[in-house]
Amino acid sequence: MAIVRTERHPELPPPVTQTGVIGWMRQNLFSSWFNTILTIVSAYVAYHAIYAFLDFAIINANFAGTSRDDCTLDGACWVFIKQRFGQIMYGFYPEAERWRVDVGYVLGAIGIFLVLSNVVKSKKWPAVYLFIVYPVICYFLFYGGFGLEVVETSQWGGLFLTLVLASVSIFVALPLGIILALGRRSEMPVVRMVCVGFIELIRAVPLISVLFMASVMLPLFLPEGQNFDKLVRALVGMSLFSAAYMAEVVRGGLQALPKGQMEAAKSLGLGYWQSMGLIILPQALKISIPSIVNTFIGLFKDTTLVLIIGLFDLLSVVKAGTQDKDWLGLATEGYVFVAAVFWVFCFGMSRYSIWLENKLHTGHKR
Amino acid sequence: MSEAAKHMNDEVAIQINGMHKWYGEFHVLRDINLSVHRGEKIVVCGPSGSGKSTMIRCINRLEEHQQGQIIVDGIELTNDVKKVDEIRREVGMVFQHFNLFPHLTVLENCTLAPIWVRKTPKEEAEATAMKFLERVKIPEQALKYPGQLSGGQQQRVAIARSLCMNPRIMLFDEPTSALDPEMISEVLDTMISLAEEGMTMVCVTHEMGFAKTVADRVIFMDQGEIIEEAPPEEFFDNPQSERTKLFLSQILHNG
Repeated sequence: MAIVRTERHPELPPPVTQTGVIGWMRQNLFSSWFNTILTIVSAYVAYHAIYAFLDFAIINANFAGTSRDDCTLDGACWVFIKQRFGQIMYGFYPEAERWRVDVGYVLGAIGIFLVLSNVVKSKKWPAVYLFIVYPVICYFLFYGGFGLEVVETSQWGGLFLTLVLASVSIFVALPLGIILALGRRSEMPVVRMVCVGFIELIRAVPLISVLFMASVMLPLFLPEGQNFDKLVRALVGMSLFSAAYMAEVVRGGLQALPKGQMEAAKSLGLGYWQSMGLIILPQALKISIPSIVNTFIGLFKDTTLVLIIGLFDLLSVVKAGTQDKDWLGLATEGYVFVAAVFWVFCFGMSRYSIWLENKLHTGHKR
Repeated sequence: MSEAAKHMNDEVAIQINGMHKWYGEFHVLRDINLSVHRGEKIVVCGPSGSGKSTMIRCINRLEEHQQGQIIVDGIELTNDVKKVDEIRREVGMVFQHFNLFPHLTVLENCTLAPIWVRKTPKEEAEATAMKFLERVKIPEQALKYPGQLSGGQQQRVAIARSLCMNPRIMLFDEPTSALDPEMISEVLDTMISLAEEGMTMVCVTHEMGFAKTVADRVIFMDQGEIIEEAPPEEFFDNPQSERTKLFLSQILHNG
């Protein structure tokens, strides 16, 4: 007998065990005896670990006071961080001039917000401000000039120095990395060889040795009496180092694109730079967002290595503080605080990249 | 003579003389000679690997030829990038896998080249794009992204995108091969109406029905050579070469 369906089967809700809190818990936490035991043991361990940390950091911690003697409770002595907060934030930047750094932060935050968020439709002017005007303002604001007292870079430090190192390296590394990646795929042998040589050379040595070379060897190549600022040398080293990494990340994105995209662009009469700028790079960079942000996060944390060439970034300022005779034995508080600051910045970058990926998604979502 | 042949005239649009191409040691195209008149519609068919796609990709230099001569619209293809770009502006191409730009909307796909290559003002480019999207019958999809369209719709957008550059010649590289069966006819209809307007067309395709209706000449290629070249009636009813007969028996048997 032939089968002919004449009426459509009614739509039914999925079974209860598949949805809702109970369904989720049953599927993920208590799906078998073994998993049930695992869940209970993990919950017990997690509870103790979290409680111990909260007890140390908040419940039994000391927040008030001005000296070590005020830390009477068992927990953390946050007074240490409070007393040294200025130095942790600005290093040895003169107290009277610290407002300049704050102004720089505010101007930068405005620029970053305008470029990264959805608020303004055209990104052209915010980008010009952030990438061209703002760095110039910062140079005079932070270093001095136009009636502002000169603050030598040797006095820069703390979180301020960390942010300067990270943002300059990021702003230089991305464009330079893109150029190196395009160069590596170029059909011109000389361009390709130069780019491959640079990438392979820099990537094959540790960042520490690049920093050492930048601080020790660079002066040897310069004419007598010429001397680069120590901070500039660190910036050059870090930027070149991360550009090499960035180049490989971007190349991965370029290779993931189907060949047809470039062919379609060519067949419409677009030239090389137009095809790259309008068709290939927007897509390649979009695919590479997770790896690009990964590199940024790595770079941000690698800034702590400048301590070995005698710059006082966030970590080294705190480390120096823990060796102060008045605050001996408070290393834990210092490092927990540093870790928390790094976590806030890196987690922020990570969340932003997720938001950006969703925003740029143009696949099958309607 | 087909209906479309009345648009033909003596002006030569594409002239290929003694063209050879190698991939490394492999001799893919051997002594290709072909001239296409303005308004003429050529269908190129042949078994896979016969070099038909490679040949039409040489016409807008997505592939380089190593020997012989290709003259498109009176301009000879050489290493001169300017001349290559000049030819690409006048030659539209439709690909098997559409190759739409997924990060741009349908409308932006269509206006990109006119704005950046022809320097057309944005409003004008958009008006032209809408005109062609209406011609391929999907103006309502203009603000969607290619990923939201069906294969047939994407291919029609790809045709509209090429037409927005006002090309004098259109190349089709197996435009229906990647489509689901029920979507093939919508793309072929678009191509037929384009042919009726007198566009010069070179199509690599296995759609023999299309070849019978539209083509002025059918070219059969095998192993890098043009084996047979004839008007469709002769080609299908009275093929001369054994290889053509074999090929036709294979595809018509399944069709």
